[in-house]
Amino acid sequence: MIAPLLSVIGLQKQFEQHAVLCGVDLVVPRGSIVCLLGRSGAGKSVLLKCLAGLLKPDAGEIRFEGQTGKDFRKQCGYLFQANALFDSLTAFENVALPLEQTTRLPVSGIKEAVMSALKNLGLEKFADYFPAQLSGGMQKRLALARVLVTRPAMVLFDEPTAGLDPLASNAVFSMIKEYREQFDFTALVVTHDVAPALAAGNRLALLEKGRIQFEGTPAEFVASDDSVVRSFVNGNREWTRKEPRLDGNKTQTNRR
Amino acid sequence: MLTHLLRTVGRRSLAVVVGLGDFAGFVVRAFAAVGHARQLRKGVTRAIHQQGVRCLLVITVVSLFSGLVLGLQGYYVLARFGSAGLLGTFVSLTLTRELAPVLATLMIVGQAGSAIAAEIGIYRYSEQIDALTTMAIDPLGYLITPRLLAALLVFPILTTAFVLVGTFGGYLSGCCLLGLDSGVYWSNVHSAVRFVDVRECLLKALVFGILTIAICCHSGFTAHRRTGVSGSRAVSISTTRAVVFSSIATLAADYVITSFLV
Repeated sequence: MIAPLLSVIGLQKQFEQHAVLCGVDLVVPRGSIVCLLGRSGAGKSVLLKCLAGLLKPDAGEIRFEGQTGKDFRKQCGYLFQANALFDSLTAFENVALPLEQTTRLPVSGIKEAVMSALKNLGLEKFADYFPAQLSGGMQKRLALARVLVTRPAMVLFDEPTAGLDPLASNAVFSMIKEYREQFDFTALVVTHDVAPALAAGNRLALLEKGRIQFEGTPAEFVASDDSVVRSFVNGNREWTRKEPRLDGNKTQTNRR
Repeated sequence: MLTHLLRTVGRRSLAVVVGLGDFAGFVVRAFAAVGHARQLRKGVTRAIHQQGVRCLLVITVVSLFSGLVLGLQGYYVLARFGSAGLLGTFVSLTLTRELAPVLATLMIVGQAGSAIAAEIGIYRYSEQIDALTTMAIDPLGYLITPRLLAALLVFPILTTAFVLVGTFGGYLSGCCLLGLDSGVYWSNVHSAVRFVDVRECLLKALVFGILTIAICCHSGFTAHRRTGVSGSRAVSISTTRAVVFSSIATLAADYVITSFLV
């Protein structure tokens, strides 16, 4: 296996009495697309927010290139489910914002980088448009342009296909795959869409009951006869009824 | 019953102390961000436009009418004691020492403070503040610091404008309407207002400006912490609370400053 860019070890997070993450272990190899699957409310977004520094985990370790610490977040981009674009800024200003605020590039350099990012994502004609004037797909691309303009080593995608029809979902995953190759970043995609994840992901992980229940390649996921995987794929909720527990270790992780 | 009451009072008292501590930390961190915030001039310019330029008209109208009313009321009250000639002193000192800082602050809070609280609350709920964090941008440095710095400049200027227009309003009602000699009026204004009065006026404007804009920013920034409400309702409540708390804080701070300086 390729050297991991990101390793998550025993990550725990609970809100009041409700344990959401009960010791998550996850490895994201460099240059790969890892799709994190799980039903709604399984804690996928919580895990992503812990990785992005938006939530503080109660326990566990996050290692970026084998090192712990906060610095990796500067090399990490985050694509929000609802894009989180600044609605009072134009497309150009949205993409320019991280460069203006975190780099010492001159104005001409920022303009060049922003126009290049917009052009790469087919938005150069919409530089003066406000996010509300763009379609949903264009807003998604604009948000991705804002993430990619700083050339992050890793991009975290939070439910990029939420609320989209299957065709649009496939298009979004194709876009992630295409831009991953073009911009050479590592992607961790949180989703509950199995089909496009199988097509685009290099590795899949299934989060359930606060733990990673499966981790492997798409082929291993399809071939798996594990009841947890099969139940998720078939939409059988029988096995999801038990609440996760922080102290117990009753769920078995199938690591491939 | 008594235990329950004591527990409730204790819990609420602790919540107030924790809230005040959180607010103080928020303001300190926002000012500390001056050291590392980028493109501060751009943000401050935008904030000056929001707090200053957009409030100029309402400040002018309110100060003119305040001066007109002060002129009318003052003239008749002073005339009872045969001191109508002191109208200039009455109007200018009332405005400089008390009314201008308080009324200008309340007007700016109503016009710009509520907008700030709502805007930042919406940023919070549309994950734009989280987006800043993920882009390694300090949300306080980007959203709050420029607004606080702008308040340092805008409040004293608008308060001064309030005093000037209000004094002119007093002149209009006292001299143009009621026939008081304009030379007497302006000479009283000139001799009554001393340096300490101007200092008190500007000090109040500065303190009220920082206090109210910080309250409005904090209210919007923490809109997501409201228990039991979420989304647009939470933003609406935060905006209302921002205006109410800012107004109360202004009057309370006015009393404290006045009691020390009088």
